[in-house]
Amino acid sequence: MMGSSAMVGMVLFPWMGFLINGLGYWFFQSSSHQKKWSSAVAGSIGTLCMLFSCVLAWNFFFQFLGLPAEARVLEYAGFSWISLGKLQVDLGLRLDSLSSLFVCVITLVGSLIHLYSIGYMKEDPTPGKFFAYLNLFCFFMLILVLGDSFPVVFLGWEGVGLCSYLLIGYWYQDQAKAQAGKKAFLVNRIGDFGFLLGVFLVFTTFGTLAFEPLKHAVLNAVGVERSIQWICGLLFVGCMGKSAQIPLYIWLPDAMAGPTPVSALIHAATMVTSGIYLVTRLNFLFTLAPWVLHTMAWVGAFTAFFAASIALCQRDIKKVLAYSTVSQLGYMFLGCGVGAFGAGVFHVITHAFFKALLFLGAGSVIHGMHEEQDLFKMGGLRKEMPHTFLMVALGWLAICGIPPFSGFFSKDEILGHAFHGSWGLWALGVITAAMTAFYMTRFFYLAFLGRSRHASVHVHESGWNMLMPLQVLGFFSVFAGFLGIPHASWLEHWLEPILGLSIHEPNGMEWPLMFISVLAAVLGMTWSFSKYRRFDPCEAQAFPRLAHFLEHQGYVNEGLHTLFVVALQRVSFFAWSVLDIKWIDGFVLGVSSLATQLGGLFRLLQTGVVQHYLLMVLMGLLMSTGYWMYVQG
Amino acid sequence: MIVESWILLSFCALIFCVGLLGVLLRRNLLVILMSIELMLNAINLTFVSFSYQLQDIHGQVCVFFVIALAASESAVGLALVIAWFRTMKTTDTYAMQYLRESP
Repeated sequence: MMGSSAMVGMVLFPWMGFLINGLGYWFFQSSSHQKKWSSAVAGSIGTLCMLFSCVLAWNFFFQFLGLPAEARVLEYAGFSWISLGKLQVDLGLRLDSLSSLFVCVITLVGSLIHLYSIGYMKEDPTPGKFFAYLNLFCFFMLILVLGDSFPVVFLGWEGVGLCSYLLIGYWYQDQAKAQAGKKAFLVNRIGDFGFLLGVFLVFTTFGTLAFEPLKHAVLNAVGVERSIQWICGLLFVGCMGKSAQIPLYIWLPDAMAGPTPVSALIHAATMVTSGIYLVTRLNFLFTLAPWVLHTMAWVGAFTAFFAASIALCQRDIKKVLAYSTVSQLGYMFLGCGVGAFGAGVFHVITHAFFKALLFLGAGSVIHGMHEEQDLFKMGGLRKEMPHTFLMVALGWLAICGIPPFSGFFSKDEILGHAFHGSWGLWALGVITAAMTAFYMTRFFYLAFLGRSRHASVHVHESGWNMLMPLQVLGFFSVFAGFLGIPHASWLEHWLEPILGLSIHEPNGMEWPLMFISVLAAVLGMTWSFSKYRRFDPCEAQAFPRLAHFLEHQGYVNEGLHTLFVVALQRVSFFAWSVLDIKWIDGFVLGVSSLATQLGGLFRLLQTGVVQHYLLMVLMGLLMSTGYWMYVQG
Repeated sequence: MIVESWILLSFCALIFCVGLLGVLLRRNLLVILMSIELMLNAINLTFVSFSYQLQDIHGQVCVFFVIALAASESAVGLALVIAWFRTMKTTDTYAMQYLRESP
């Protein structure tokens, strides 16, 4: 039986990797004449640390499997972190059935991506720094899902944001990439602001910040409905930022500026799901705020739909996947919003596997094609990269929702719950499913099938350390869905300590709904196939204006630029030219010129001749004496 | 012979005013120093006359102090004048306007 010290070890292994790689970089590699560690050395350190952590995580998981449901909790009390009057915060960790799932996914996908990065970053000049950041990210992610109170979660929350910023802007010499990192950080800050306000409100309302006491406090509280609405609304704003929902999703497509393993790990598999994690963790709070849940469901559905429509027309291989991620995150929020938190978590898990697989596959393609990201310049890679092709095919089928691949189960469960929530939500979900199938098939076809459009480039298949992670992820993409077979869902049973008992009444709608969503997916795939079989990049689009609109990502960035940046520039210009120069400067300079004028008058007295001063002394003396005598009578 | 005190005091005042006007109007540093001596001695005389009139020895004590002070003052003053003259080749106060902001 492993105890809480092993849990702390699990968290600290990535931290150790960060320290070794980070300090090694700081002391021995940072100046230009020093020799850098190769990606094999730095990467092995990082991967080993993650692997240890992964083994521990799975060990805990299997250990929990053997325990009764209520005993599946492991707590590490830690130490008193903040102690200020009523505010008592312990830095404590808590592993329960929900966080153990997340920890398993994070460490597994994390180790695979570390391994993959060894190959992907082979040509990189500073692999030590890269792996240090990657390990630091995993450390913070573990803190995020294991924290037992808001401040600890917030520590992880901000930490992953920081690492995301560092890794998006990893190639910071490129101005656009540095800008993308900055954008991600700033947009996340907007969300974090909401998160923080929510946490403050939790404290003022319930007087505690730890999750377990909060649970009891919520059950016993009276007359706090309005506060709970506000808390949930504000926390949802935080989730919008981290998990890229409308309107704060804009950073995620730009985050593709980072290295592809980073996109796979941070911007597809783990960090962006932290919003779902938080909502699920606080489900006892969110179920008391039906309006917020309602909003969440609709925001999620619209995000899913809108992002999928943009993904239809993207040419950049990573942009397609990025918008697909936004869209899938929308699905997860749709699930949580209709009260199916378990379905949301289920989709988080399957999505983590198949989206990481797709991203790593795309990375393999980009690597093999020497940094080419334009789908229109690929094609026919099936022959040159057979292994990548096979694995991406699994991911493709999974995300399209073809049974029995994993995406089918999780997406279908969300759609089934959405149908009970609202008819409109379900319809949006199904249309999005068809669109997902369409753009993923387009992605797959343009990259791997058809005839080759890259005559001049010599394409090579990636090495074993890049293919092995693909194969493992492929395995999970195929089989992870069996965790949640309808009516016999192991996952829902597993999450019962967190989410409470789920009651299912079979109403005869499951099979028709399932049939419709599979039909939508198949329709989308067939249409896409028929459209791109005779693909010619030069040919005009069927709906040129719409396609143009979507290709430019719905002009959202331009719109926001006008709405906020240009408006801010106008306001600033006004403040500068009128407020500052005319009013404030006018006043200040007026006062100073008044002083100058007066000084000019008095300067006439200062002649520099000693006798004149003496005369003044004499006059002063006479006047004061005269006055004194007058007063004395 | 008894001198009326108002005559004495008027005489003192006259000498004091001569000294004052000398300080204010003359431009030669040496003359200004001499005028200061004149003023100090007028004061001395005033002290003595009051002392005599009031039959109080304190006034005459004061005079000794003033004489000592005047001696040291003129020693320092003359030293300054000499230093100034060595540098500037003049003792004209109107030439001493270096701290004045040029108009």
